[in-house]
Amino acid sequence: MEKSHSKHEWRANTLPAMVMVGPVTLVLLFLVVAPLIFVGIMSLCKTDEYYNVVYDFTLVNYAKLISPDYLKIYLQSLLIAFFTTVICILLGYPFSYIIARTKSKKKTLLYMLVIIPFWTNSLIRIYGWRTFLGSSGWLNSLLMLLHITKEPVDMLYKTGTTILGMVYCLIPFMILPLYTAIEKLDTSLLEASSDLGAKPVKTLFEVIIPLTSSGIFSGSIMVFIPCLGYFFVSNILGGGNTDVIGNLIERQFKSANNWPLGAALSIILILVTLVLVKIYQKLGGDMDSLGV
Amino acid sequence: MKREKKTKRIKAVSVSFCTLIYLFLFLPISVIVVNSFNATKTKPYLSWKGFTFDWYIKLWSNSSLLGAFANTMVIAIVSTILATIIGTLGAIGIYRYKFRGKGIINGLLYIPVVIPEIVIGIALLTIFSKVNIPRGMITLILAHVSFCVPFVVFNVRARLAGYDKSVEEASMDLGANRVTTFFEITLPIMAPGIGGGALLAFTLSIDDVIISYFVNGQTKTYPLRVMESIKSGVAPDVNALSTIILLGTIVLVALTQSDILKKVKS
Repeated sequence: MEKSHSKHEWRANTLPAMVMVGPVTLVLLFLVVAPLIFVGIMSLCKTDEYYNVVYDFTLVNYAKLISPDYLKIYLQSLLIAFFTTVICILLGYPFSYIIARTKSKKKTLLYMLVIIPFWTNSLIRIYGWRTFLGSSGWLNSLLMLLHITKEPVDMLYKTGTTILGMVYCLIPFMILPLYTAIEKLDTSLLEASSDLGAKPVKTLFEVIIPLTSSGIFSGSIMVFIPCLGYFFVSNILGGGNTDVIGNLIERQFKSANNWPLGAALSIILILVTLVLVKIYQKLGGDMDSLGV
Repeated sequence: MKREKKTKRIKAVSVSFCTLIYLFLFLPISVIVVNSFNATKTKPYLSWKGFTFDWYIKLWSNSSLLGAFANTMVIAIVSTILATIIGTLGAIGIYRYKFRGKGIINGLLYIPVVIPEIVIGIALLTIFSKVNIPRGMITLILAHVSFCVPFVVFNVRARLAGYDKSVEEASMDLGANRVTTFFEITLPIMAPGIGGGALLAFTLSIDDVIISYFVNGQTKTYPLRVMESIKSGVAPDVNALSTIILLGTIVLVALTQSDILKKVKS
């Protein structure tokens, strides 16, 4: 009796649960958890004179992380991410507000027009910016044609250019959660606020922004964190002058060939991510709003 | 009267602000499209020398670029199919069954979403090299599956939130077995969530630069091929290919538009 019941339980629950959840569990274990744990192990390893990884415990990689050169780049990287996030909010908020409040049928089209550019590979689009801003690019040709400048203006390889590229790549991740949050906003609250005598500015800061703050928070997480790692943007537009943490990691794996040091640098990025996500959750952020 | 004037002014400011943002979003793409018709022959292929279709013709003999594009498509299609199957089964299984470790699986799903791509990239690179999987097509597909699966799970799960289990019970009461019920009842109801998840997985795979950059070995995808030549000046046949891809995507989306519009609205 007991046995047949457990057999039934096996067929009705355990077997189908294993068949369905098994594959995703395997993917998470072998392609997410194991690799990340292995990065942690590697960050504690030595290298021999040929830069082969030697599995021998050391903290030397972590000691290298606090060299002044690196500290300068962490700071630069955090500043680039900060300004990128602020610019994305300042441009993205009014923009999302306007399209989310559009009443006509055009609304869907306006939304799709935000997404369409992102069907072209991001690297190609950043290359498009390089073409546009380069010394013989469109912008310089236009400036010289209008006699605004005589010589081409050097616009590449500046921190501002890297921030421009970051804003460009990441602004949809700000616009989409903002759009969702603003669309849910109940208009009768705005009317109530103005009926009760609040000026538009007061309504904006005391009603609209607090009620849509969830969108600002999740957008900021989705912009700030990737910004620390987008090495190709600063490679192509910043040309080595505007490195982010991602450039440091990339170099250890692709040219300097010091994988344990690159692993230790990656651990910093993981820690920054965990801290920011914890803050996000403390502020009442929902993890599900982060999934695009 | 004064109020009407004010509303009009606000509207004008709004429209011009949005237009500027759209210009910003489309600017680098228009540079690429225009330059794909540029007759210039000298590096860095920038100054306008008249209209030509030459780059489109040259593209057909550029086997390394076309090969890289074929790689991109194979990786995107295979990893989308795998991620969609694994993610859909997973989402339904996690939703329906009670088992130990469910909370852990739910938590782990967020890792690929929030951790910077470069960390995922180097993590996969180190483990692939540790267990001696030669880097190439296989590692690219495995990597793409790993970052696409969570997005499929989230999309399907959003659809499951309003799911009525009693239709499945009804199907089984009427004599259908578990497997038939899954294919005839559960899957069709889930279809929009699965479709949305698959589309997102495909887009993420095609757009990926960073993770592919670390796990590719000698296999080049289309963006990686472009990355190699950026310092020396990218030949305009790349622009021609990018233009064709953009047009292709727009057509594809226009054909399946009703689904997407529904997804956007929900």
